[in-house]
Amino acid sequence: MTLSPEEWQAVVLSLSVAGRSVLLSLLPAIGMAWLLARGRFPGRTLLDACVHLPLVVPPVVVGWGLLMLFGIQGPIGGLLQSWFGVRLVFTTEGAALATAVMSFPLIVRAVRLSLEGLDAGYEAAAQTLGAGPLDRFLTITLPLMSPGILAGTVTAFAAGLGEFGAVITFASNIPGETQTLPLAIYSATQTPGGEWVAARLALVSFSLAIAGLLLAEVLSRRMQRLLGRV
Amino acid sequence: MLQVALRHRFPSASRAAGRDSSPRAANRDGFALDVAFEGLADGVTMLFGPSGCGKSTILAAVAGLLRPQHGRVALGGRVLLDTAAGTWLPPEQRRCGVVFQDARLFPHLSVATNLRYGLRRAPADATGPGFEEVVALLGLDDLLDRRPARLSGGEKQRVALGRALLSRPALLLMDEPLAALDGGRRAEVLPFLARLRDVARLPILYVTHALDEVDALADHLVLLQAGKVLAAGSVEALALRTDLPLAARRDAGAVLAASVVSHDLARGLTRLGFAGGHLLVPLRPEPPGSQARVRLRARDVAVATQQPQGLSTQNVLPAEVVGLGAAPTPHEAFVRLRIGPTEVLSRITRDSVERLALTPGMQVWAVLKAVTFDRG
Repeated sequence: MTLSPEEWQAVVLSLSVAGRSVLLSLLPAIGMAWLLARGRFPGRTLLDACVHLPLVVPPVVVGWGLLMLFGIQGPIGGLLQSWFGVRLVFTTEGAALATAVMSFPLIVRAVRLSLEGLDAGYEAAAQTLGAGPLDRFLTITLPLMSPGILAGTVTAFAAGLGEFGAVITFASNIPGETQTLPLAIYSATQTPGGEWVAARLALVSFSLAIAGLLLAEVLSRRMQRLLGRV
Repeated sequence: MLQVALRHRFPSASRAAGRDSSPRAANRDGFALDVAFEGLADGVTMLFGPSGCGKSTILAAVAGLLRPQHGRVALGGRVLLDTAAGTWLPPEQRRCGVVFQDARLFPHLSVATNLRYGLRRAPADATGPGFEEVVALLGLDDLLDRRPARLSGGEKQRVALGRALLSRPALLLMDEPLAALDGGRRAEVLPFLARLRDVARLPILYVTHALDEVDALADHLVLLQAGKVLAAGSVEALALRTDLPLAARRDAGAVLAASVVSHDLARGLTRLGFAGGHLLVPLRPEPPGSQARVRLRARDVAVATQQPQGLSTQNVLPAEVVGLGAAPTPHEAFVRLRIGPTEVLSRITRDSVERLALTPGMQVWAVLKAVTFDRG
């Protein structure tokens, strides 16, 4: 089975969009997870609910919301356009942004779980040994929550490969620009005689998902060993 | 000199809800702590009391891991905490090395990296034993490359001791370091603790509810009960107090500082000297001149009104009755005797007290049936 250049393009674009979306959401998600797990402030429950919105709202609605905010007429999109000449709608970057918003809660959840499962006694011990806040975070907290970060990253990447609704609504379905794997499969099914294309791309999707899961498993085992849990 | 004065009341269940849901905090509903005591500048000050008496809370407040509502903690003129003056040093600036009950070795770091964690963060001008010295002292040589998950409980505690000591602390805090270990492991770690105490030349604040640790390690005792200080003083002084819970222990009795005077190899005896006289005990391994702490259990001390003849024990010393006190059982009494400047306790039946008509000021003979060693 060989893929046509157009099909390859969709695969590579999917990987690129998913990768960029993770890069975009990883740090803010770790910060948000920290805030939700350790922070004590009014409105925490409300913030928690807002973070999880993309999981429960239809993806098309998220895409529409992004269009309102980041569209050329939108309050943020307008500023980006006039100040930096950056346009997000109908671009690969826009697709990555839409994917990042969708996968943000997935990373937050995984990281937060690992943070809440982390024994605060280790950080207290580091503190008595003379480690300040940033030092403690980098040498103790971050390594100990890395399995959660890894799990969140892999899940977000895998989910990002398949993001459909938000991407097609915000970034549209432009081959080579925003037409990721699921969008290409959708287009193929809408084209007469496209069944084989759809089947080939579906198989690619399937293989990528399996490979991702296996990679996550291997990495997770190695990490557990590094953390001395085995 | 370590000075500690703390007042703290944990919020009751309704107010604490949602703020701290750890089981430990839940147990502390409405618990009030109100203590003031001083610790030795060099040596082990032991906080002793039953579970829930607040001793671990005190340790956490000294380390800075708990912020008390009122209090002052000063270590040799350095104020770590003074709520009245608004002083609060964060734990990382207090230089209090803590050995936790559960060791808390960092699971992702090797033993060697764990040991160096505090050392690398110690102030440049702080002095203390070096890495090699501590590794040798605690016998950690074979463990250095291992991860904490592959250590036994006793090994973990030894590494935790080394890690705390290597952070070059100004004060060592030990929170029941042996409580999580079974009998065999305790016996394995206890000698290392004694060695560390002798080498570290540091003030050590040690929390425990185990008497064998008090006997083996304590220089100064602070007895706690329900968040209050019941009594504080030297081990020798408190051992003579018949009004304290300590008197109820089976081996209650006087604790004496003694020194090895000479050995009689032919007779298999060692002569010990203490303020007030000499004691003969079965041959000891310590060389002449070394210090020892011996315990004269009250139930091993008999009283005679005339110098006894034909006894198997050779330790019969002239003494004066100082006073009588109630024993934990109704038919027994404690007799306080003075041998020279040293006081000892005898636990005999009330019937014997009446038969011998013991009264304060009376000259008697103290018959010591056994001498046990707390510390060689």
